[in-house]
Amino acid sequence: MTGEPVTQTATALLVLGCPQVPVQTSIALYLINRLKKAGIVPTVAGNKAANTLLVVADPDRHYLGEVMDLDRAVVMITEKKRDFDRCFVFIHNDAGVTYAGTMSAISKAKVYAVIYGEHYDELVKQIDFPCTTIAAKAVHNPLPLKKAIDEVAPWAA
Amino acid sequence: MGCVESMDYEIVLRDATFKESRDYIKKTYPEFRDVEPGFKVFDTHVIGLPPIAIGLDGDFVIFPFTKPCHGTFLLRVEDKGEAARLRALKK
Repeated sequence: MTGEPVTQTATALLVLGCPQVPVQTSIALYLINRLKKAGIVPTVAGNKAANTLLVVADPDRHYLGEVMDLDRAVVMITEKKRDFDRCFVFIHNDAGVTYAGTMSAISKAKVYAVIYGEHYDELVKQIDFPCTTIAAKAVHNPLPLKKAIDEVAPWAA
Repeated sequence: MGCVESMDYEIVLRDATFKESRDYIKKTYPEFRDVEPGFKVFDTHVIGLPPIAIGLDGDFVIFPFTKPCHGTFLLRVEDKGEAARLRALKK
């Protein structure tokens, strides 16, 4: 016993949506990189297609850490077996809003709704639960969404 | 949520938003229960914006099922025991 306080490593969960909008994979890797540089341990949770896009793009795991099935993440958080300090939910459709609302309810994490896609503004209006909204019209070009994330700097919050 | 795929279910509603699904249950089924996200229906932790309405129709349970790429479906499953368990919840 040294008497020094025990500091726990900060954690983040990235909840991926359907990967049909190209910017998701790019922004997820960017966000993972920024979180890791800030000393935050990121975990990715998505369906098989969304996870595989990331795993194939980063075979040596320079960026990716733990990757898990989205349903499994929901079960673990609901059953209080695991939780995170931050939770980023990628949203480009109604299902994404539904998952973000779920995370806001079941997790103690600070929730960030990362909203993009052609109709991002309509999705922003649907957010009526506690979270920080990061939104931009971004489909193929990730830079507007990257800029919106940089302005919030959630790794520093 | 693998067990849902193995259930004998009927799709009551598809291609609706989650809120439309909730409104449909409350308008269509006089008997329903509001639950929180993560509440277990059958072996599934239900996803949704609170409150989540679960419909009851005799021995049938009607509940939302959301997938990232396919949106929200309303599923109708016959199970006397589960209907009774849900019916016993406070309104």
